[in-house]
Amino acid sequence: MNMLVILISAALLLGLAGLAAFLWALRSGQFDDLDGAAERILIDEEERNRDD
Amino acid sequence: MSAVAGAPGVPAGADDLSAFVERDGDGTASLNLLVNDVHCAQCIATIERTMRAEPGVLDARVNLTTRRVRLRWRDGAADAGSLVGRLDRLGYPAVPYRPAALPGASRQDAGTLLRALAVAGFAAGNVMLLSVAVWAGNSSGMADSTRALMHWLSALIALPAIAYAGLPFFRSAARALAARRINMDLPISVAVCVTAAISLAELIAERPDVYFDAALMLLFFLLIGRYLDQRTRGAMLSTAENLAALAAQPATVLRPDGVREMVPAHAVRLGSRILVAAGERIPVDGDILSGRTTIDRSLLTGEAALEPAMPGDRVYAGTVNTGDPVTLTATAAGDGTVLTEIVRLVEAAEQGRSAYVRLADRAAQLYAPVVHGLALLAFAGWWGFGGLPPREALLIGVAVLIITCPCALGLAVPAVQVVACSRLLKHGVLVKVGDALERLAAIDSVLLDKTGTLTFGRPDIVGRDTPADEDLRVAASLAGASRHPLCRAVLRAAAPVPVHDGVREEPAMGLSAGSPEGEIRLGNRDWCAVSGDGAATPGGPELWLRRPGRDPVQFRFADRLRPDAPAFAAWLKKQGFGVELLSGDRAPAVRSAAEELGIETWHAAARPADKLARLGRLRQAGRRTLMIGDGLNDAPSLAGAEASISPAQGADLAQTAADVVFQGDRLESIAVAIQTARRAKRLVLQNFGLAAAYNAIAVPLAVAGQVTPLIAAVAMSASSIAVTVNALRLGRAAGNPFA
Repeated sequence: MNMLVILISAALLLGLAGLAAFLWALRSGQFDDLDGAAERILIDEEERNRDD
Repeated sequence: MSAVAGAPGVPAGADDLSAFVERDGDGTASLNLLVNDVHCAQCIATIERTMRAEPGVLDARVNLTTRRVRLRWRDGAADAGSLVGRLDRLGYPAVPYRPAALPGASRQDAGTLLRALAVAGFAAGNVMLLSVAVWAGNSSGMADSTRALMHWLSALIALPAIAYAGLPFFRSAARALAARRINMDLPISVAVCVTAAISLAELIAERPDVYFDAALMLLFFLLIGRYLDQRTRGAMLSTAENLAALAAQPATVLRPDGVREMVPAHAVRLGSRILVAAGERIPVDGDILSGRTTIDRSLLTGEAALEPAMPGDRVYAGTVNTGDPVTLTATAAGDGTVLTEIVRLVEAAEQGRSAYVRLADRAAQLYAPVVHGLALLAFAGWWGFGGLPPREALLIGVAVLIITCPCALGLAVPAVQVVACSRLLKHGVLVKVGDALERLAAIDSVLLDKTGTLTFGRPDIVGRDTPADEDLRVAASLAGASRHPLCRAVLRAAAPVPVHDGVREEPAMGLSAGSPEGEIRLGNRDWCAVSGDGAATPGGPELWLRRPGRDPVQFRFADRLRPDAPAFAAWLKKQGFGVELLSGDRAPAVRSAAEELGIETWHAAARPADKLARLGRLRQAGRRTLMIGDGLNDAPSLAGAEASISPAQGADLAQTAADVVFQGDRLESIAVAIQTARRAKRLVLQNFGLAAAYNAIAVPLAVAGQVTPLIAAVAMSASSIAVTVNALRLGRAAGNPFA
């Protein structure tokens, strides 16, 4: 029974962490431009650093 | 924002965009721009790197989904006009807009739905984890206390999650009830609330029939459907917004001190001096003050021929200045222009169009009373005649509610729409309105505009098929120096040649350049000194080339049909559509196009009101008409037709009025749109069929009292997955429609 309490709370906490991460991503605008995000992975990171 | 340098008597300088710049308290300024030509990672990288490298610029961010760019810079360190000019030189013409002027509520709505979806997903996953343990425990003999713990934990997670994730449905149901209507959200809200309440009561009474997992899964699946729907509509809305903002393109007013000021067209005062650059739309009606040019009236009237305009001539808003930059005195702006007259017709036509009720909404009207009636009947039947105690009869009623809840229905339409719209987008077809595809699938006749729709709407050289032609080569070497549409047509027809040195342009006459043998001239008859009874009779636009010691050579131009126009017309007829050509152009031009395409019914010199009247007669005859057109003169009929399509090169107002906009030169896109719309409708009906079949099996089971929480959960997921997979079949590429 004790084991069960630990496991269930661990599962819930992990789930909550995922939920919190998603909500944070949503809040920080990462879902505003889904098409752009798919294309941006093709932009060369090194060049961008040099430009910055 | 085309560059206007080189306009007669106008000092060079940056445009004043201050009306569009937002200033923050912390010394930064920002500007929002619409950039229609961003398509790929390369575009994003080019724009962002170049703009960030500009002095003073703090940030440049491209949004590919909405085709918008936001620039932020230190106030005073950079100038809005020159930043827009820099983008223009990069090859990305940008139009400033004010976000406040656009209806921005949708974006926030998408965020709310996503948050609700995340909460429902998290809760459904965890409650299911506990439920699976309970189901397994049922066969392996789980202690009652352990089961109670699992159920209490489920309730702890489920109740707040339902309260939060169910809000979009509860709100919408309440709004519908307040307006004395029934929508799909009403049965959903009732089912979820009743299920949660009964489950809680069961739990308190320490009994095992608890349906928290079913209620949450219901919300989760429905929210997926709702989010997909919202995303499609958001994309459509931003397309529509972009077009509306483009239509409100500002006028360049020349202030007495020589500064150019960008002013919204409706705010231009009578008598102001307006600068219209080459290639720009004329924003207000006015008289030409200085400069000689040619005017393209095709968007206003459908006439293909260019018209010369001299100082003193009246020009109208909505026409395009195809020649040289000119200055106008505004004689009418905003409400007084010919353009506004057309806008009024558009609004009237829109109101005249009977409201279309979406398939899903029609299903909902039928659905809610049937479902609630069934549940009530099951409860009353078991209690009154079946002799069950009220608690168990109530549980059967709840099972019916859960089983019949429109999970599959809620996914059936949005899933198909998302797939259809993304497939069309790959063909360059933008769907602007939610129910456009449904209406497009129902059409049985087609009204076609000629100029700009079946034709390119621009002059092209005719009768010279060899790009390496010596005359053409020489003409192109001069034409390269000019932006006149006829010169551009010469360039398109010729093989690439370097531009001749020292080409001079005489406005409204032609070009000249020196060569070792003497002067070469390219221009009109007078410019090249062609005698009145020259080689060929004039008819349509022409250019002459005069080289020293040779006879002048004529180039003739015509507005050519798009290459796949005959195939398109043949396809329409093969599909059994009634096809008519309805053009504002002159009769001979319309007749020859109709004959070439094999279209029997044609009308020439049709004014906007005539087109609208023709549409009305077709409607009275019971026809559902698709209007395809590009001009301002088509806009009222585009707004009034059952469904409408406009090419992306068309007038902004036409694109705003149309349901669907296609890009590129190929009419095949229209055929693909019609085909996709029909397949989408078939799939939606199939999905409704699947949902009905599922109900036909599951509802009798539920009414018979045979549905346990486990069966409810499995049946619900299975039907949702089935409709989604069925919707994805639309993504498979169809063959060439003309083959």
